[in-house]
Amino acid sequence: MSNEQARAESRATVFFAISAVASIGLAITYWQGGQPQLEGVLLAVITGGIGFAIVSWAKHAMPHDLVTEERDTVASTDDEVEAFSADLERGVEGIGRRRALLVAAGSAITAFGAALLFPIRSLGPRPGAGLKSTPYAGRHKRVVTADGKPVTPSDLATDGVVTVWPEGHTDAADSPTLLIRTRKSQKFKARKGREDWRVGDIVAYSKLCTHVGCPVGLYQAQKGLLLCPCHQSTFNVLDGARPVFGPAARSLPQLPLGLNDDGEIIARGDFSGPVGPGFWDRDRH
Amino acid sequence: MTDTAKGPAGGRSKPPPNHGAPMMRRTARWLDRRLGAADFARTALNKVFPDHWSFMIGELALYCFIVLVVTGTYLAFFFQASTRQVVYHGVYKPLQGVHMSAAYKSAIDISFKVRAGLVMRQIHHWAALLFLASIVVHLARVFFTGAFRRPREINWMVGVTLLILAIFNGFAGYSLLDDQLSGTGLRIGYGIALSVPVIGTWIASLFFGGEFPGADIIGRLYVIHILIIPVLIGLLVATHLAILVRHKHTQFRGPGRKENNVVGERLWPTYAAKALGLLFLTASLLCLLGGLFQINPIWVFGPFNPAQVSAASQPDWYMGWLDGALRIMPGWETRLFGFELPNPFFPGALLGGATFALLYAWPFLEARVTRDHDEHHLLDRPRQRPVRTALGVATLSFYSVCFLGAASDVVASTFHVSVNRVLITLRLGVFLVPIIAAWATYRLCRELSDRDGLPVQSGVTFGQIGHRLRRSEADDEAGAEADTG
Repeated sequence: MSNEQARAESRATVFFAISAVASIGLAITYWQGGQPQLEGVLLAVITGGIGFAIVSWAKHAMPHDLVTEERDTVASTDDEVEAFSADLERGVEGIGRRRALLVAAGSAITAFGAALLFPIRSLGPRPGAGLKSTPYAGRHKRVVTADGKPVTPSDLATDGVVTVWPEGHTDAADSPTLLIRTRKSQKFKARKGREDWRVGDIVAYSKLCTHVGCPVGLYQAQKGLLLCPCHQSTFNVLDGARPVFGPAARSLPQLPLGLNDDGEIIARGDFSGPVGPGFWDRDRH
Repeated sequence: MTDTAKGPAGGRSKPPPNHGAPMMRRTARWLDRRLGAADFARTALNKVFPDHWSFMIGELALYCFIVLVVTGTYLAFFFQASTRQVVYHGVYKPLQGVHMSAAYKSAIDISFKVRAGLVMRQIHHWAALLFLASIVVHLARVFFTGAFRRPREINWMVGVTLLILAIFNGFAGYSLLDDQLSGTGLRIGYGIALSVPVIGTWIASLFFGGEFPGADIIGRLYVIHILIIPVLIGLLVATHLAILVRHKHTQFRGPGRKENNVVGERLWPTYAAKALGLLFLTASLLCLLGGLFQINPIWVFGPFNPAQVSAASQPDWYMGWLDGALRIMPGWETRLFGFELPNPFFPGALLGGATFALLYAWPFLEARVTRDHDEHHLLDRPRQRPVRTALGVATLSFYSVCFLGAASDVVASTFHVSVNRVLITLRLGVFLVPIIAAWATYRLCRELSDRDGLPVQSGVTFGQIGHRLRRSEADDEAGAEADTG
């Protein structure tokens, strides 16, 4: 045994020993109530000790003969392929003549495959109406905050933003709505037919980005811009929430607002269009 | 020194005395009388592995997978894949009294209540990140050295499938925890699914069990994450290795190395020991990361609330290219036959689909263009194939720009420039950077190979490359015959 070999073997022994000690340490740590950082380090020492020991052993105390192995081409000889094909055809020959039987077998298996597709239908409801409407549809509803409180115009200071839902549906993922009070000095361009959809300077848009549906969270009051933190789509609140930058291509749907007799803000119907990300038949009825 | 491959027993008559031997021999005999596997097992022991550091990257992926299975099994004993609403009354004070799903609560409990739970969770997450990284680097190694050429096209496709499965399982894994960040990720996934023409709404509804968020999605992702995909990955890894054994390993050119041989160390004992050592060292690195470097602190993000989102929401790194592409895409929306073609369809569904379709097809595309349909077992050096290398670098740089795009808001706030300016730069960069990178790579390859005085296969056209290669291979074969004769 060479000197180098002997050194490598004693080094490997030390590594194995360190690993064993660390294992005991891990057991104690666990028993004492555990400590994530220490557990990670001890696990690293345990596995690392074994790893270094083995590699050191392999590198310096095991044979390193370079050997040459012949390599045949992967493909078989023509004769072998020929013989295989012949055997395969011999088995098929008898069947080949029974066309009707083959057709029947094929049909049965195809039908079975098709039948197996039906249970997939159980996974979810038919998509459709749900994507195009929200709980705002139907009769007038108060808008409420996350804890169910109705909102009056005085709850919003200038530049104020509140997230609201239709009353009774604060858990509806398609309904979060932004109420924004714009500045008196900011010129608001109402869309045609939506001239009376605001209450004073308060306007409401769907909070779901028309790109892929992230909640549009950041309001830059100075410029009247809403920014989606996911992919930076930017919407102009003063101009029908038209997208002005980023990947979103459609305006945020607007909610027609009004006041009830108690002076609370209500929704007078559903959004101006389907909320959230687009889909192929979004604007078909 | 060179020896024949059939092992020491073929040359020497008596092995050196060994105290463990009688026991080992008795066991071997017992097994062989029942399995008759002695000859097969001996061939396996003497299998030759060429040595090169880059061949270890694929191994690294395998070892990460093993760590993932071990830590994942532990986590599965504690995790509850349910969206049932509960109120938290556990040990983590800031969340006390907060409404959350049972899934999120069990993940919080794993982090704070289950002993050794947090370290396992963090090792699992780090292992997933390294798993994906080693797969991608391994893929790049195979690509740039031409190891995908005949006869290895099938194994290339198995590898690409493994990459897709690994990406999807990573996404499914971090989506399970139902925290604010992962919920946002799922929502984006839902939006991308919706964007697919005609079938998109069905896919989304069936997968989520209705409209987002859907009560079924966490349970379904759990089955996918811990059963379906891991089993598929296991089967495909076995296939990947079986095909590798059948083909024998590729090797770089070098003294005595030819298309019709393989030069290296035997599996037993040195190579096997090194591989086992690497497994332990991989585990060691992951344990160290999992112990000392916090990852995915879900208690900071809070439970998922569909009306909220935090700024700087970034996915795990292997999803970054997709998120970046979503950001870089300008706000165009097209119509086709009177139907809408939503914007996220292009970067979200089409880009990914095209990426993997191109990866699957690459070996066949290249063989078609170079008209080189021969068997190859000697690897190219990237510089020998300037066109392929340039295309590969261009592709990688395209996805790197996309990846950078996923951090556009972070870049903007770090360097105090507007997000808009960053995005416009990226929109240009996503086309310009690959072109510049391809040109620079091509020039670099040409110069390096000229300097080496290699028998360069760097002709201007692909056709010439193939032609020259066939000739050089014919030379190799002639040389081989001369050797044996």
